[in-house]
Amino acid sequence: MISIFANPHRFMKLSRWLAPACLVAGILLIAWSLWQALWVVPQDDYQGGDIMRAMFIHVPSAWLAMGSYMGLAVASFVWFIWRHELADMAAKSIAPIGAGYTAMCLATGAIWGKPTWGTWWLWDDARMMSVLLMFFLFLGYMALRAAMDTRQKAARAGAILAMVGAVNVPLIKFSVDIWASIHQSASVIRMDGPAMPAIYLTPLLIGALGHLIFFAALTLTLMRAEVWQRRGDVIMARKLAGG
Amino acid sequence: MRSPAPIRAAFGQALAEAWAGGAGALLPIGFFAGAAMLVPFTVGSEANQLAAIGTGVLWVALALASLVSMERLFQADLEDGTLELWAQEACPLFLIATAKIFAHWTVSGLPLVLLTPLIGITLQLPADQLLPAMLAYGLGGLAFFSWGGVAGALAASVPRGGLLIALLALPLFVPTAIFGALAAEPGAVGPNILFLAASTLFALAVAPFAASAALRLAVD
Repeated sequence: MISIFANPHRFMKLSRWLAPACLVAGILLIAWSLWQALWVVPQDDYQGGDIMRAMFIHVPSAWLAMGSYMGLAVASFVWFIWRHELADMAAKSIAPIGAGYTAMCLATGAIWGKPTWGTWWLWDDARMMSVLLMFFLFLGYMALRAAMDTRQKAARAGAILAMVGAVNVPLIKFSVDIWASIHQSASVIRMDGPAMPAIYLTPLLIGALGHLIFFAALTLTLMRAEVWQRRGDVIMARKLAGG
Repeated sequence: MRSPAPIRAAFGQALAEAWAGGAGALLPIGFFAGAAMLVPFTVGSEANQLAAIGTGVLWVALALASLVSMERLFQADLEDGTLELWAQEACPLFLIATAKIFAHWTVSGLPLVLLTPLIGITLQLPADQLLPAMLAYGLGGLAFFSWGGVAGALAASVPRGGLLIALLALPLFVPTAIFGALAAEPGAVGPNILFLAASTLFALAVAPFAASAALRLAVD
């Protein structure tokens, strides 16, 4: 099945309309969930009043931060085993978008944390540390690719690093959880207390779906740009060779 | 694996380079002693404070020592062509990578283990903590050097890759640093040393193969 989609011509034909369609659908869904979050949903005093509306950006970006690293690892694996060039393009495109969502998760978390927990940053919260480490994994991946002098080398080095990082992610998560359970202060308010009422859950899930589709649209667009760039390189090389 | 000669050669060459290229065994000892000496100057000289954070500072020193030596781990071999010869040997490349990593750990990581009693006593560590701390530094150092070896192999063909290596390796150091610091903490010796040993074994199982894949890439 992978081979069907690995054909760049078919990919270009498909993504030509899929990328803008995803962009429009994603923006519409995100806009609806933001409108719900900012004007419709009642505020929750237990989570710090109006500031809890940050959840509708914060939680989807946290999910996407985790999911995008898994996507990066899977794409790297597929490229490393089967050498499908589109998988490498996908990995290359996912990295900056995933890093962006990770940064957004950290930023909205800090903004939400300041009025509710009284601090921008807690060094002893396991989830914050996990997301921060994920951010560094993305940065390292992008820095390594940028440092390599050929495209092939960048793809191979990036794939090795992404796979090594992916097998380490469960270990990192486990160790950070152990460490935080020792140092954890009891005052931190946990979101996973009572089950979330549907009035919050529906905009949250729709928003998450919107961000997922938006993420797909950005990835497809970057992949298309990469395909065009490679085609341009081939044309240039041909011109130089032919004189 | 027909002949272990390249493995012995890689190990011996790394040791010889470390011996010839500086003050020999004195250099890492001086590094760790200097790092330990800075601790009272930077955090204050009260005994209970030193005992509380002294071991943690030595973990940072150990991580930095591994990162410092990783930049040249495979770069010199790549530049003078040794790596290409190794890649053509019948003996698998991951064993040679392991030998190099072990050699660098022996040169730059083991001295901290041997120095732990001396540094520990000056940093007011209780005497019954010295042995667990030595074990933790030994195991943790192996994991640091293994992951550092992967980063060093990935960045072997990158000129001035030192900072890149640090960025690649530091997230991988986290589990070892956490379990190691918990295992070396005064008073609480328990499952943490086992967790530390497990994370080190994991590093030893995964890192040589990743490093050898990265070395093949550097050679091509």
